[in-house]
Amino acid sequence: MRLGMSLQEKGCSMKAVEISNREKTARDKAIEESLADFGIDADVRVSDAYYISGSLSDDDVEEISERLLSDALTQEYEIRSRRKKGSWIVEVRYKDNVSDPAEDSIVKAIKDLGKDAKAARTAKRYCIKSDISEKDVEMLCKKMLANDIVEEYYYGYEELEAPEPKITEGKAKNEINKVEIIEAGDEELQRISSEGVLSLSPEEMKAVKDYFRQKGRNPTDGEIETIAQTWSEHCKHKTFNSEVEFESNGKKELIGNLFKETIVAATTKIAAKKDWLVSVFKDNAGIIKLDEKNNFAFKVETHNHPSALDPYGGASTGIGGVIRDVMGAGLGAKPILNTDVFCFARSDYDGELPAGILHPKRVLKGVVSGVRDYGNRMGIPTVNGAIVFHDDFLGAPLVYCGTGGIIPKGMENKKAGKGELIVVVGGKTGRDGLHGATFSSAILDESSPASAVQIGNPIEEKKVLDALLEARDRGLYKCITDCGGGGFSSAIGEMAAETGAEVELEKVPLKHAGMLPWEIWMSESQERMVVAVKEENLDEFITVCRSEDVAATVIGRFTNSKRLVVRYNDMALVDLDMEFLHHGLPNQKRKAVWKEKSKEEPKLEEKNDYNEELKRILAHPTLASKEEVIRRYDHEVQGNTIGKPMVGVFNDGPSDAAIIRPEFGKKAVVVSNGINPRYSFISSYWMAASAIDEALRNIVSSGGDIKTTALLDNFCWGSTENEEKLGSLVMAAKACHDISVEYETPFISGKDSLHNEFKSGGRTIAIPDTLLISAASVIDAENAITMDLKKAGSSVYIVGKTYDELGGGYYYDLFGEIGANAPKVRAKEAKKNMETLTTAMRKGIVLSCHDLSEGGLAVAAAEMAFAGNIGMKINAAGIPNEVDTGYKLLFSESNSRFLVEVAKGNEEEFEKTVITAAKIGETIDEKKLIIGDGLIDADIDELKTAWKGTIKW
Amino acid sequence: MVKALILRSAGINCNDETEQGFRMAGAETEQVHVNELISGKKQLNDYDVLCLPGGFSYGDYIAGGAILANQINTKLKKQLEEFVAAGKTVVGICNGFQVLVKTGLLPGDGMKATLTSNYSGKFECRWVKLIGKDDGMEAPVAHGEGKFVADKETLKKLEDNNQIIFRYSSHYYPANPNGSLNDIAGISNKQGNVIGLMPHPERNLTHGNHPTWTRWTSKKGGEADGMKFFRNIVERMK
Repeated sequence: MRLGMSLQEKGCSMKAVEISNREKTARDKAIEESLADFGIDADVRVSDAYYISGSLSDDDVEEISERLLSDALTQEYEIRSRRKKGSWIVEVRYKDNVSDPAEDSIVKAIKDLGKDAKAARTAKRYCIKSDISEKDVEMLCKKMLANDIVEEYYYGYEELEAPEPKITEGKAKNEINKVEIIEAGDEELQRISSEGVLSLSPEEMKAVKDYFRQKGRNPTDGEIETIAQTWSEHCKHKTFNSEVEFESNGKKELIGNLFKETIVAATTKIAAKKDWLVSVFKDNAGIIKLDEKNNFAFKVETHNHPSALDPYGGASTGIGGVIRDVMGAGLGAKPILNTDVFCFARSDYDGELPAGILHPKRVLKGVVSGVRDYGNRMGIPTVNGAIVFHDDFLGAPLVYCGTGGIIPKGMENKKAGKGELIVVVGGKTGRDGLHGATFSSAILDESSPASAVQIGNPIEEKKVLDALLEARDRGLYKCITDCGGGGFSSAIGEMAAETGAEVELEKVPLKHAGMLPWEIWMSESQERMVVAVKEENLDEFITVCRSEDVAATVIGRFTNSKRLVVRYNDMALVDLDMEFLHHGLPNQKRKAVWKEKSKEEPKLEEKNDYNEELKRILAHPTLASKEEVIRRYDHEVQGNTIGKPMVGVFNDGPSDAAIIRPEFGKKAVVVSNGINPRYSFISSYWMAASAIDEALRNIVSSGGDIKTTALLDNFCWGSTENEEKLGSLVMAAKACHDISVEYETPFISGKDSLHNEFKSGGRTIAIPDTLLISAASVIDAENAITMDLKKAGSSVYIVGKTYDELGGGYYYDLFGEIGANAPKVRAKEAKKNMETLTTAMRKGIVLSCHDLSEGGLAVAAAEMAFAGNIGMKINAAGIPNEVDTGYKLLFSESNSRFLVEVAKGNEEEFEKTVITAAKIGETIDEKKLIIGDGLIDADIDELKTAWKGTIKW
Repeated sequence: MVKALILRSAGINCNDETEQGFRMAGAETEQVHVNELISGKKQLNDYDVLCLPGGFSYGDYIAGGAILANQINTKLKKQLEEFVAAGKTVVGICNGFQVLVKTGLLPGDGMKATLTSNYSGKFECRWVKLIGKDDGMEAPVAHGEGKFVADKETLKKLEDNNQIIFRYSSHYYPANPNGSLNDIAGISNKQGNVIGLMPHPERNLTHGNHPTWTRWTSKKGGEADGMKFFRNIVERMK
């Protein structure tokens, strides 16, 4: 039986138009440069091709090309021609089953012209004039022009023969299968789990089997999939919620629930003192108080596995997903900022590249483009971020995406009630994104499924956002959540957990033909939200959506049966007890071991001056200027970015945190991050502690206040099946508890991703233990401060003591060393320092402030100087320290330290306020950084040039 | 009171801050979806100012502003021409400028110009200094297709007619961030009541917006350059 029928078969013709530029463009030159990287000299022209399906005459196509698709001044169009003399022609386009985000807009525009269009697809054509072989062309397609996870390519010499895209529409298949498990043995159960990408353990499969034995029947494919995704690591955070028998240096301890006894426990201890906590750990995002009108919702997520397979699609859907989290927090927050943090292997990596791994430079470019195209189109400023480069991220790059939003007070709670309608809002449901939740809970290898990768459609999401904010403000729904991992099964399963739901799956609008009912139920197609609408509000709700060109479809109803019932054309797909679905997961008991690593400090030669070392550290890609990336993101949209990602006289210094002033109000949110996976080579405890300290330092340096600071945790680990890996996770979680309690900075939300490894052949590449801490602090907007030196003749102070803590740092890295002394956090004294520093800032006596982080004092001083275009002279003897060499003084990465510029005349007041501050120097007219007796003596322009030269493309 | 209509469509995303600019300039403001104008639910001639804000209308999937321009030309052309002929003001910022150029309303009088991919080939967000006819302004640009292109004859006419309302402060990158010919950042029609520019004055309404405001010793709290732009428009319609 064939259900899918292509539009061509139904009598629609498919027309192809190619639009090319008359003159060579930067896009052509960029491809030529990339070809040059492969040693290929070529003359390249890139053009855009459109495939349009509809009842169109040749004249129609001519008119569409002229009036819509091309620009008469700069471009020309050709219909059907695919010939280019003396050139290779390559066409790259999305595979037929991958959604093309441009399609809806193009179809709409053609209809506006009064012409018929049913579907449209876009393609890029590369006309490459070069003396290369077919083998070279194939290589270029694979390595550069196309990603065969989501794209297909065709090429020919002088003539291109590419089949037309097959655009199908049609119905789903009426087919529900039973999964034979109630008589299955253990081995058979495991086979079912692994072949179905269910990622369920033997005990879990057994629990499922027992449940269905009691029911006296086998589960359907839809039921087993529903259980697998609900119980996935991605959704249930099984590792973090397990009971852990923890052995640390010989001592044993039983942790009842790792998450509750560390992260949650810390917040519980602090919560009584923080009247600004609104909603913690229970929703899609954490929510804190902003001002009299609004609260602030904040969420950071990872999208690692999809970004490894397709950096562009993975990153764009990652950012799209976290935006939906915020749109689905409470009754829906309006996104006002994005933050993005990545960990990649170095872009100049020239070692072996295992099969299935993309080159890290390609990953970097693809991820940045994905974030750019989604964030910019959504109109959300991307204001904060970091990129960490280390070759251990080669197999499993990390892509953290975060969004902050504002939500009117009183809208933080939501509840779906019996009888309310289940309405899906937004994009159609397709076969894309199947098994994302279970897939992300597995380890990557060469055969990882491509179906988990999608391309985001930001305009669809923006329309959904506009429609939902209007519906929210009119009070048209009382519950909302996003469709993320696990699709409807997760969204509806969670919304109806306390009530029950009945779903009629045949009502879901589909984009692909021949889908199975369970695929509709589980699809993770992007840009969909689920809301609970009362019958009497339905008409108005649908009118609001329609006025924004957004589809809204009733697909079921909330009940009070405490059962999840899903039918497809009256056939039962799912009939599960909510109790079993949400609480039937067997408790896990895990063993974890932690042993102190025995590391040694390197013995390094002392030198007379460290100018070259400082330049080399500044040029390390992790520290180097990210201007090339930052400017590709719109960080100004919404008109409230009062603290920019780049600051200083020439707007190119590295700011410590972003500051956003929502709705032109008086309050602002300072947003920062802390991340340094290198410390985990020594101690995951101090790695985590340092991440918290760094995030807080960034807040304080920018005028934030730790008393109003909330934290988010995002753990990315290798496989915690390994007892020692789980042990290091326990240590990091304990650090989160200990340090946040001492600083009294509560966690409000978080996430973990625990299978960041890549297997190829016999080799496993695991990432270093990596914790990203994101921080947000609400302040009065006028209190913002930046890190650039403000004027010559000011006094320079250091706050915080310098210890012998270069372990895992960037100075040792110059010599290929790790060392043994990772920076510790001495939170008691640090907290007092941070608080008094804030007091001094509020008195208006601090001109600039910068925290000391990677590369220590020398790097921080250099950055302040070149950002302000003002010199600085530091007397090394004045620095409170416990070190014995010059390089340790310059490059120790001890936590909780700040450099502060205080205007002449305010010194006494400053010293009275921050009693531990030590005056170590002054700012000078000469454009030089001088530290000690020649330890550093360098032109700030030279330092800046070194810092700016690394990341460019 | 001057009534300003801020036009929305799928993908327009600078509507709120643009409305804020008009509101602070003393206009009565309303955000209207293009669908409401097409359906007749709202009438263009009830307003004095039509503003097309920035964003990525319909994703800009064909070219910046092309799809919304096509929609306006096919559905609203008559209304809009009457609006312009009546001497009312049409303003396009960034994507809105691209839309006005692609509808042909700018430069107007049948002259052909376009906004195409930046010389760098990249989307870029950065602050620029602008030289106006009378007064300068600082504002951020954030676009990938802002390079103003026209043939020599058109450029000469624009110069002769005094239609160039904003120029970037230098011929060199990054002061001229996109390679625009004659450093053109914004133009008007010959009559001066249809204007468009790539930079975003609505992102510089207050001093806190400026990238170096933390370096300033005075005037930290008040209105900034961008407000002059909105005030001029509102004043003109009073």
